Amino acid sequence: MSQLEFEKPILELEGKITELRNMSGDSALHISDEVGKMQSKVSKLLTATYSKLTPAQKVQVARHGDRPHFLDYVNAMVTDFTPLAGDRNFAEDQALLGGLGRFNGQSVVIMGHERGHDTDTRLKHNFGMARPEGYRKAQRLMEMADHFQIPIITLVDTAGAYPGRGAEERGQAQAIAKSIEVCLNVKVPIISVIIGEGGSGGAIAIATADRVYMLEHSIYSVISPEGCASILWRSAANAPDAAAALKLTAQDMKENKLIDGIIAEPIGGAQRHKAETIESVAVQLRAALKELTPWDPDAIKKSRAKKFLAMGRA
Amino acid sequence: MNWLTNFIRPRIRSIVGEQKDVPDNLWQKCEACEGMLFHKELKANLNVCYHCGNHLAIDVKERLAIMFDEGKYERVPTPAVPHDPLKFKDSKKYADRLKASQAKTRELDAIQIARGTIGGQKVVIAAFDFAFMGGSMGTAVGEGIVKAAETAVKDHAALIVIPASGGARMQEGALSLMQMPRSIVAVNMVKEEGLPYIVLLTNPTTGGVSASFAMVGDIHLAEPGAMIGFAGRRVIEETVRETLPKEFQTAEYLLDHGMVDMVVKRADIKETLSRLLDLLMIRTKVGGAKLGNGGKNSNTASASKNGKPSGRGPVALLKKAAPEILKKKAANATSEPNAKPANKIASR
Repeated sequence: MSQLEFEKPILELEGKITELRNMSGDSALHISDEVGKMQSKVSKLLTATYSKLTPAQKVQVARHGDRPHFLDYVNAMVTDFTPLAGDRNFAEDQALLGGLGRFNGQSVVIMGHERGHDTDTRLKHNFGMARPEGYRKAQRLMEMADHFQIPIITLVDTAGAYPGRGAEERGQAQAIAKSIEVCLNVKVPIISVIIGEGGSGGAIAIATADRVYMLEHSIYSVISPEGCASILWRSAANAPDAAAALKLTAQDMKENKLIDGIIAEPIGGAQRHKAETIESVAVQLRAALKELTPWDPDAIKKSRAKKFLAMGRA
Repeated sequence: MNWLTNFIRPRIRSIVGEQKDVPDNLWQKCEACEGMLFHKELKANLNVCYHCGNHLAIDVKERLAIMFDEGKYERVPTPAVPHDPLKFKDSKKYADRLKASQAKTRELDAIQIARGTIGGQKVVIAAFDFAFMGGSMGTAVGEGIVKAAETAVKDHAALIVIPASGGARMQEGALSLMQMPRSIVAVNMVKEEGLPYIVLLTNPTTGGVSASFAMVGDIHLAEPGAMIGFAGRRVIEETVRETLPKEFQTAEYLLDHGMVDMVVKRADIKETLSRLLDLLMIRTKVGGAKLGNGGKNSNTASASKNGKPSGRGPVALLKKAAPEILKKKAANATSEPNAKPANKIASR
């Protein structure tokens, strides 16, 4: 999971560096010289590789297990975070977390998909694939934010809504549809960042926002490249072709005017530099919040509707 | 070509009569009960199997004809949108798939909009055509829903959307994903005007279509046996590693799980809608009766354009048109205090 195929030459070099470092001290000076050279080679390679990632490679980076996830962001940039649980109907869904907190000194409602970082937490958070309860909790929190006139921040990172039997029985489609509707109806600013994978309906359910940003190597798509390939090419092996055709990268999304901006990732991707990435996201969120505050409740709702209405028109 | 046309001389042929207009498939098999269905009887039965009641797909124009009063309606043109914005190509070019579907259906895309009346009430219908790329929703379909909603608001009519769709159109990538919020923005315009928004779910309604405008109606009707759900059956079976019951994701299953208001046979749809609209559209009816302009509620429409104050609210309209109803309401209100304690006891 954490080893990317296209990074092999880089990883090999990094392996050699560690090897050299572990060699004992008699020729220490000579080695440090060698290590320095190799390290500059690594950073050159990283820059070269990451400046021209193919869409299929971006899919891999976007899904990388070491990227910062929802709780990493919240812990680093939100103070007084107070998680709130439950949809008040059926259950608490740990795939979509949310609560109240203070961001940049301002009260916010923050929510997002949490994928987990090891086997236990991944299972606990269902790999970030929410059930209807997750979306109904999101609706509840958004309506609360609306009631108290508090801005909403959403961090999107999901392969999609969970395709399970119970999820269908309890109205997965209705839960997503209603979430989009609530996003459109609230009279407070909503700011979304796609921090990894923006998977279809499960993503748009909390990303129907006034401002939508994507991290440089994140993806946003109507269907997974694998799913698309197996339907249109009749083979999942064509996933790289589908990834290219779907125009799912942050750069494509910006070009097609479907998002508002791209947040640069440090060289080598968010998975290599968690703290820096989180800081970049925080900087963008601060700027967007500043731009949207203060807001006219009716006007902000209207302008959100207008924004989505205009999408795709020539 | 058969022996008749090949070997019989033209004169004799003209006596025997050349049967030009005979369709190739006079008979078809019902997918549900495998009973043989004769085309004329099937059509007379609204494309519902007369052996087992299975609701087969029906041509959009036939559907519109059986829904509107006297089968009369006016088509509303669907606005043009940029085609193939992503220049999508899989084994075929999307542009070619579009052309093929346009040639087959003689329509621009997978949605048709019509205006008319049902039971005398003004209605705009947006109906999906499954024959057009599986009824998938891309920019053109989204634009169609927007247009239908705008027409409903302008006409002061109810909006009825009839999805028959596999979901979002993959060939338009995230643009098709954005039709989910877009279509909800559209139907919200109708809701905010206090006009009914009714969804008639038909086979199939899945994916991005079920997870957007199709599930936020004031009222959800569904045709018997229609497949309605978010994820595909196969995907779910692979995920949960169990075989799902046969009735999973059918209209009846959704009714049991609280997602639709009623399952209505095709033959009963018009009557049901007519009754619902009659019950829901008090405001337009009161306005229309008061104004006495033959159902042309132009004054009501302009009142709503001028803003929300006094003239538009149901109470204000009732005051003008039917004061006795308000009196009754007031009488009910006074009896409420007595009713409340009883309710409390009952709920404990």
